[in-house]
Amino acid sequence: MTTIAQAIRLALHVGEERHGVTDIFGEDVGAPLGGVFTCTQGLRTAWNSPLDERGIIGTAMGLALAGQKPVAEIQFSDYAYNTIDLLKLAGAMYWSSNGDWNCPMVVMSPTGAGIRGSIYHSHSFDATATHLPGWRVVIPSSPRDAYGLMLTAIREPNPVLFLIPKALMRYRGEEGEDVPGVPEQKALDEAINKPVTGDVSQWAPRWPETPDLFIPFGQARTVRSGRDVTVVTWSRHVLVAREAAAELAKEGVDVEILDLRSLAPYDWDAIAASVKKTHRVVFVNEELEVTNFGEHLLRRVTTELFYDLWAPPQLVAGAMVPGVGLSDNLERASVPQRDDLVRVLRETAKHQP
Amino acid sequence: MTHGETHGANAELPRELLVRMHELMLKGRVLEERLITMWRQGDGYFWIGGPGEEAFNVPLGLLVKKGSGLDHDYLHLHYRSSATLLAMGADPVDSMRQMKNTARDPYSGGRNFVGHYSVRKWNVVPVSSPIEVQFSMAPGTALAQKRHGGDAITIVQGGDAGTAEADFYAGLLWSSRKGNELPVLLVVANNQWGISTAYDGQHPATTRIADLGRAFGMPSAVIDGNDPETSYRALTEAMGYVRRERKPYLVEVMVSRLRGHSSATGAAFVKSEHDCLALFEEKLIARGYGTREGFDAMRAQLTAEYLEASKRVIAEPQPEPSSIWNHVFADKNLVGGR
Repeated sequence: MTTIAQAIRLALHVGEERHGVTDIFGEDVGAPLGGVFTCTQGLRTAWNSPLDERGIIGTAMGLALAGQKPVAEIQFSDYAYNTIDLLKLAGAMYWSSNGDWNCPMVVMSPTGAGIRGSIYHSHSFDATATHLPGWRVVIPSSPRDAYGLMLTAIREPNPVLFLIPKALMRYRGEEGEDVPGVPEQKALDEAINKPVTGDVSQWAPRWPETPDLFIPFGQARTVRSGRDVTVVTWSRHVLVAREAAAELAKEGVDVEILDLRSLAPYDWDAIAASVKKTHRVVFVNEELEVTNFGEHLLRRVTTELFYDLWAPPQLVAGAMVPGVGLSDNLERASVPQRDDLVRVLRETAKHQP
Repeated sequence: MTHGETHGANAELPRELLVRMHELMLKGRVLEERLITMWRQGDGYFWIGGPGEEAFNVPLGLLVKKGSGLDHDYLHLHYRSSATLLAMGADPVDSMRQMKNTARDPYSGGRNFVGHYSVRKWNVVPVSSPIEVQFSMAPGTALAQKRHGGDAITIVQGGDAGTAEADFYAGLLWSSRKGNELPVLLVVANNQWGISTAYDGQHPATTRIADLGRAFGMPSAVIDGNDPETSYRALTEAMGYVRRERKPYLVEVMVSRLRGHSSATGAAFVKSEHDCLALFEEKLIARGYGTREGFDAMRAQLTAEYLEASKRVIAEPQPEPSSIWNHVFADKNLVGGR
């Protein structure tokens, strides 16, 4: 089983060998480290950049306009905020030039809380990202999705923001969520993980042959089918929703879970179909609750599916405070936990037509 | 290294080139005057442009290796670059279309202010209103060019006020990393103003912008941008260096701002600043390359011609409301495989 970090690494390797990736770059992205989460270890086109997020995004834009295929990394999405006007420009490039220049670049960035990352390694970027028209925004929750969405991102003619739930970097996924074609875990680790001790000066990865897998943007994944209430989520809260569903199953409440995987575009048809089936819906994610992307979806459900609803739709989201505090108590109080979701789902499921 | 060198104005260029540069400068000036008049008469919401930069921008446009893809120069210009575009062969009527935001505006389809060019067939990347972002983008096109080989370069141009932005330093640093020096010509057009704020008081007292070249290990020059001959010579040298050495070069070009910042500051003619066109015409007359009457007649003819063109532009259709949904996302990669 691959980790999400390994899945991204494998996809980038396939990208540079078969799909024209020319530059994988950012702070500590090249050797010797290969990324602070090892997502870019051993890659042929990976290089270290100056510690300058604006230069990283700007250079990626320039490379893209000059026909290259860059994958740039912002080390933590917390540090993407000082690039916001450049992200606006990249997203506006095709529209503002009236179709003259497209800007095919991938920006990947770890996002969200869950690792006790303190105030500036815990921010989410979903809400800001979905306010950048012209960008594709994807966020995988399994190794297979990370692999397949990254390969789609690499072939996309528009800018793609590839957000990675940092709490899931070492997550190996559930049954059926693995990267196709990889050897068993120990063999894979030995083949592509750079040893952390000993002489690594001559180290080079031995890449397994993995096939192309292009997971289309804008297609949600039904993680769990259920009868009584729908959870619409993404990122690490797919796992939180699974735990909540398991808990509620003991009480006879059957929860359906949709992993959107892609926020722009997003799979409205899947959301609508599920809500029409269960008649109850809860949106959960860890982004701040005010102008949360879940609020947009909740508005659409309310206005477009009003007569299909048996219960008020709910949003479970991050507390509207300036940061996620370091202490365990503070982080738990700031971003939705399993029990928060269980409580809201239980209440929602009680409503009858 | 030619750090801090001020190029002399003595070098004479061939008469045909001088006459051609004059004609382009005059076209640039008359175009901007037409655009300002269009704004004054309500045929456009906002004017911004480059009167006072023609003596530098025309030679720049003439020296560009024009075309599409990595074998040609990439241009990251600013919104005062009309004369550069004209020198490259742009149709002045297209600027009027952008001024009037008509559907046929080839640079933005009526979406953007005048002077915000986008010409993919000539590697002119979209000009942006946010100041100086082009300096963060330029190393990207230059990196692709360096890897590709050949002698094509990246040209990035901004103003003196914009050098306060972090992006200017990003451009300097990313162009000059040890072992990864990039073929970039960095141009700072110093008109001594940022809207209403004077240069003095916002920059160091004893150094100038070109001095930053030394800190980043690149040659630099200060150019009298009110003289097209000087500009042409200095640009030939700077661009030759960048093409040959595949390394960056910084120029600070001293220019005038003859119509203020934009229509927001009235766009009236500023008599206290040097007028590069008037100075050049005096020089050409002194050399016997033209006459006052001849130049005045040229100007009158262009003025009439552009007036008639603008009348036709004003009658062109505006973009359809439903066109806002066009070009949000590309369905194919237009810039790929270049």
